[in-house]
Amino acid sequence: MKSRLSGTENFKNITGSEALMLSLLNEGVETIFGYPGGAIMPVYDALYDYQEQLNHILVRHEQGATHAAQGFARVTGEVGVCIVTSGPGATNAITGIGDAMMDSTPLVVICGQVGASLLGTDAFQEIDVVDVTAPITKWSYQIRRAEDVTWAVARAFYIAKNGRPGPVVLDFAKNAQVGKIDFQPSECKFIRSYQPVLEPESTKIAEAAALINSAKKPFALVGQGVTLGKAENELRAFLEKADIPAGWTLLGESAMPTDYPLNKGMLGMHGNIATNIKTNECDVLIAIGMRFDDRVTGNLATYARQAKIIHLDIDPSEFNKNVKTDVAILGNVKETLPLLTEMLQPNTHADWLASFAEYEEREYQTVTKKELESTDGHIKMGEVVRKVSEAARNEAILVTDVGQNQMMAARYFKFTKTRSVVTSGGLGTMGFGIPAAIGAKVGAADRTVCLFVGDGGFQMTIQELGTIMQYGIGVKIILLNNSYLGMVRQWQELFWNKRYSSTPMTNPDFCGIARAYGIKAAEVSDRVALNTSIAEMLADDEAFLLVVNVEPEGMVYPMTPAGETITNILME
Amino acid sequence: MEQKLYTITIFSENTPGLLNQITIIFTRRQINIETLSVSPSAIEGIHKFTITAFASEDLIQKVVQQIDKRIDILKAYYNVDEELVHQEIALYKIATPELLKLGSVEGLIRKYDIKILELNETFTVFEKTGHHAETQQLFKELSETVGVLQFIRSGRVAITRSKVERLSDMLAEIEKKCKTTS
Repeated sequence: MKSRLSGTENFKNITGSEALMLSLLNEGVETIFGYPGGAIMPVYDALYDYQEQLNHILVRHEQGATHAAQGFARVTGEVGVCIVTSGPGATNAITGIGDAMMDSTPLVVICGQVGASLLGTDAFQEIDVVDVTAPITKWSYQIRRAEDVTWAVARAFYIAKNGRPGPVVLDFAKNAQVGKIDFQPSECKFIRSYQPVLEPESTKIAEAAALINSAKKPFALVGQGVTLGKAENELRAFLEKADIPAGWTLLGESAMPTDYPLNKGMLGMHGNIATNIKTNECDVLIAIGMRFDDRVTGNLATYARQAKIIHLDIDPSEFNKNVKTDVAILGNVKETLPLLTEMLQPNTHADWLASFAEYEEREYQTVTKKELESTDGHIKMGEVVRKVSEAARNEAILVTDVGQNQMMAARYFKFTKTRSVVTSGGLGTMGFGIPAAIGAKVGAADRTVCLFVGDGGFQMTIQELGTIMQYGIGVKIILLNNSYLGMVRQWQELFWNKRYSSTPMTNPDFCGIARAYGIKAAEVSDRVALNTSIAEMLADDEAFLLVVNVEPEGMVYPMTPAGETITNILME
Repeated sequence: MEQKLYTITIFSENTPGLLNQITIIFTRRQINIETLSVSPSAIEGIHKFTITAFASEDLIQKVVQQIDKRIDILKAYYNVDEELVHQEIALYKIATPELLKLGSVEGLIRKYDIKILELNETFTVFEKTGHHAETQQLFKELSETVGVLQFIRSGRVAITRSKVERLSDMLAEIEKKCKTTS
């Protein structure tokens, strides 16, 4: 992001709060998601003078600020910025900070803090934010003097976006907010104790290339590292040169278009059966910017034991963390993939690629056909997803909440553009959806943003409908309503003897709520109305809530039960 | 997997809160810290942590990688005892009248190479440096004979058997890189 300082600002004798505004402009920030409060008032007062330059979106809860900033960061590739107050403001932001840590999303969260003289005294709205957030941030720092503002902000942005991205917390003591300084723009290009990207070792590249060149059945796993590294083209060049089929993790989803011939689909618990079965059949497994999450691998003791494993990642602590690698290639995949591609022999694996078809056909016959092509009975979740995707010409940004809606959306939404998936993968945060969709739409105003959310998650951050109203944010919300906490109910049905403990929900009139917020809404229960309402929803760029009453006891299949061998797949 | 005592050495910037950042990584992996010693290193502004813990090598490797990943950590690595010269210091407070009842204090002092730090009518303080087993052996003998009023042992300090401190090389390399970037 380029500095937005004009150079004509008055830098003499300004407050730490104003220095924060200038520092944010210097980092190229345009948008802030936040919520004021006592210990951050000097910053909000300074913001009053910078309303033209800094677009502040007032959310309705600090959790919403963090998820919105995540949505913004994920679609733009820039750092998401939040400002919240001390104490409860900061603790409310914790879920989003933890989510960003798990999903490698660059965030800078600025929390108010009581004045330095009150620290440690249990002052009103004081909480030890630095220590509370230490395990869930890349860096957490307390600014206790106005003199440190520019240095800390520059360092925060450098850390958040370089290397494996992640959240940074700046705990901004009130005395530092009001203290006076002469402002000097600060730039961080280097931290001696943190080298974000290390040099790839050429011997490792050669070893990996030799393995791939001799492979009969190579298989690639595509993670978010490809999107974060902006390496989509490098990925395709790599896959195409040696004719390597690929599967993707949840966060790696839109790095390849859905209909790309080498894209064989989703990995893991609710992934496609071909990709999971082939993981345990391939001879060389190439993991690209992914971290072998347990939802991808299932039982590690039986995961890809037959294969030589090559792991490309920017974070050395991911190597051998879950899966033992034969060759670990450290670095940004944007740089390491081309080095590897260069050493590959052009190759074809026609028989190997063709061997996926049998499983694709089996999945279509037993799962997909029913989910997408049923003509009677309740509307199914999958068909809603596919219809919306196609109505938006498969060009929309998909935002999901967590649970069945998320898995159905990941399985059936189609993609033609990268940076089109915003979902809470690692932390699995219900309530992520609405605020993340707000952030995504703010970050990509010219694109259609479709949120799929369940009736449970919708009500966890329902207050953000107020944010949509206030700023006229044109998100398309598709509420898959089954009046259950659907994914928990699915587990209860399969593994807990159908004892539906605390999963049925009595729901309000969702459309009535949306209309009270001035948001257009429709509720449908049959297929004809569904088609009409989708068309109505996508006809303009305004916010819309489409409540679809779907089959109450719908199931997401295929499914590998947690901890099982990835090829032990339940199909119905 | 085989549990062994590992010594983890960490060099860090001298920023507040680092000890917490390090210890929570052990906690998450359910490893108890056996000993811990922190002090300024030979290089100004850089602190050195020496931690010992029982774990499998696989686990200790992961813990060290996680520690190394923290922004303000310059370098973290681990060693087994054979790769180190290491030492601990222990202090023992003994009732002087009890001590005098021993036939030969000289024998004890020679046997364990004890240094006497304080001696008065009421109590005596012994200092012994050595490996854990050695300081423990003295504790055992004193407990069984004269009794020990108070006992304290420091965390391990250790130096690798390699010729140079790895940090100095690394710092030189980083500083070189710093110059090329800025």
